[in-house]
Amino acid sequence: MSEPLLSVKNLTIDYIGDETDFRAVDNVSFDVAPGEVFGLAGESGCGKSTIAFAISRLHRPPALIRTGSEILLDGRDVLDLDQKELAAFRWREVAMVFQSAMNSLNPVLRVEAQFYDVLKTHLGMTKVQARERTAEMLRLVDINPDRMRDYPHQFSGGMRQRIVIAICLALGPKLVVMDEPTTALDVVVQREILQRINELRRKLGFSVLFITHDLGLMVQFCDRIGIMLGGKLVEQNTAQAIYRTPQHDYTKKLWASFPSLHGGVLA
Amino acid sequence: MSETILALDDATKTFGHGAATVYAARNISIALRTGRALALVGESGSGKTTCARLAMLEYLPNAGRVLFRGQPMQDAAAKEIAAYRRSVQMIFQDPFASLNPAQTIAYHLKRPLQLHRPEIGKAEIDATIRELLQRVKLDPDLVAPKYPHELSGGQRQRVNIARALAVKPEVIVADEPTSMLDVSVRLGVLNLLNDMKREMNLAMLYITHDIATARFVAEDIAVMYGGQIVEWGATAEVIDNPQHPYTRLLLSAVPNPDLRFEDGGSDMQPDHVDAVRNLSARTDGDLIEVSPRHFARLTAKA
Repeated sequence: MSEPLLSVKNLTIDYIGDETDFRAVDNVSFDVAPGEVFGLAGESGCGKSTIAFAISRLHRPPALIRTGSEILLDGRDVLDLDQKELAAFRWREVAMVFQSAMNSLNPVLRVEAQFYDVLKTHLGMTKVQARERTAEMLRLVDINPDRMRDYPHQFSGGMRQRIVIAICLALGPKLVVMDEPTTALDVVVQREILQRINELRRKLGFSVLFITHDLGLMVQFCDRIGIMLGGKLVEQNTAQAIYRTPQHDYTKKLWASFPSLHGGVLA
Repeated sequence: MSETILALDDATKTFGHGAATVYAARNISIALRTGRALALVGESGSGKTTCARLAMLEYLPNAGRVLFRGQPMQDAAAKEIAAYRRSVQMIFQDPFASLNPAQTIAYHLKRPLQLHRPEIGKAEIDATIRELLQRVKLDPDLVAPKYPHELSGGQRQRVNIARALAVKPEVIVADEPTSMLDVSVRLGVLNLLNDMKREMNLAMLYITHDIATARFVAEDIAVMYGGQIVEWGATAEVIDNPQHPYTRLLLSAVPNPDLRFEDGGSDMQPDHVDAVRNLSARTDGDLIEVSPRHFARLTAKA
């Protein structure tokens, strides 16, 4: 196996309380290979989003990453970066798409301006260069580049989510962290977006850390999957194995919670 | 024998005027019958919630009728409307926003009892609250004195169901009742709705974008697109033998671990998706009975 792109080792994160601390992430370790899609599944409160935030050091107090934890991206420990290095690292190396990402676009700026913001800050592009890059990125996510002068409210939810993904990919990050990226969208739009991301990662070679509670979707999209329960990674395997031969009781229980489309008819 | 309690008869609801008119619901006819659930399925903006609001008399239709036990409700007298409001209860999507954070669970159940069932005396109210909580499988001693923030999402949704049941309704309108719940508690809530429907002979309108859960609770299903019903019939028949292109598209997009993207097993072509959307948005088709009690809106190919 090639060197992992992302290597999370013994990650432990506490939410500091007045009297007792809450352990949100408990000694979690996993690797993501270059070009791989790794999924983290679990229910609300299991710690999956806390991990997503920690990877870009976007976790906020009272969350505290405990000593002994390591988050290595291309061999470099993210936890050792200073503020300046961190600013360069975010977007450039690791980009994030959040659940309500479509609402994270600035409503009073044209789409073009939001791309320019990123491209100027990180790559020092001029407006003309940025416009060219914006058109290229919008085409990648099936949005007509002529619409770059529109405002976010002129797009549907699915299109806004695709624009956010295009901005994320504009700097050619090595890793894209997606935290429930399509949960607010209907299944057809969800499928369109994830299929597109899958094609793009083939083409561009980035890795994806994909977070959702929908195991069926996760098996379709991911190469490997980790199942989280109460801050611990209780099972980790290939998507096929998680589906065909789940080992942990909790994984089996999760599978049992999905009503099947063709089985399990109304009794 | 099941009888029709609530029906939309050729109901249309529009927003805006002139060229900017949006048809949120176009010529919708549905019937809710005792002891049965009808699922309305479709993407955001397809008109599901507009239908629910028409059924709740939150909107009045621009054309067509809302029928309660055969009586049109748009021009009904205040007294009849009050009876209607008691008989038709709603369960909302968001279990966090639909309970008052400053009041206890007991209070949430007491208010509808005082308002709609004044014949119940003070002593009986407490007993009824206990009974309601037991019915939705919550421990009355534990839950009644609590505030909403002390309960989980699933527990809150059970409280919402208990509140809807408090006034002995005949119809329940449930708008995405499990979409904000964790997967492991969803089935419990769906089972509860199913049990209530059977035990209390309720007519139910179940609104969802998750067609797999529709199969779990609803005998009948109507698939909506662009404000129209494009297909309806018995749930198993529509899912196993879909006739409308949009129903087929919707079913093919349901997450399915057997069809991995990498194996190309589920390739959904953007051109095809656009073509289906354009076809489904057309308004010149008619609902045609493709097999007994199974209707699809079939439009001649452009």
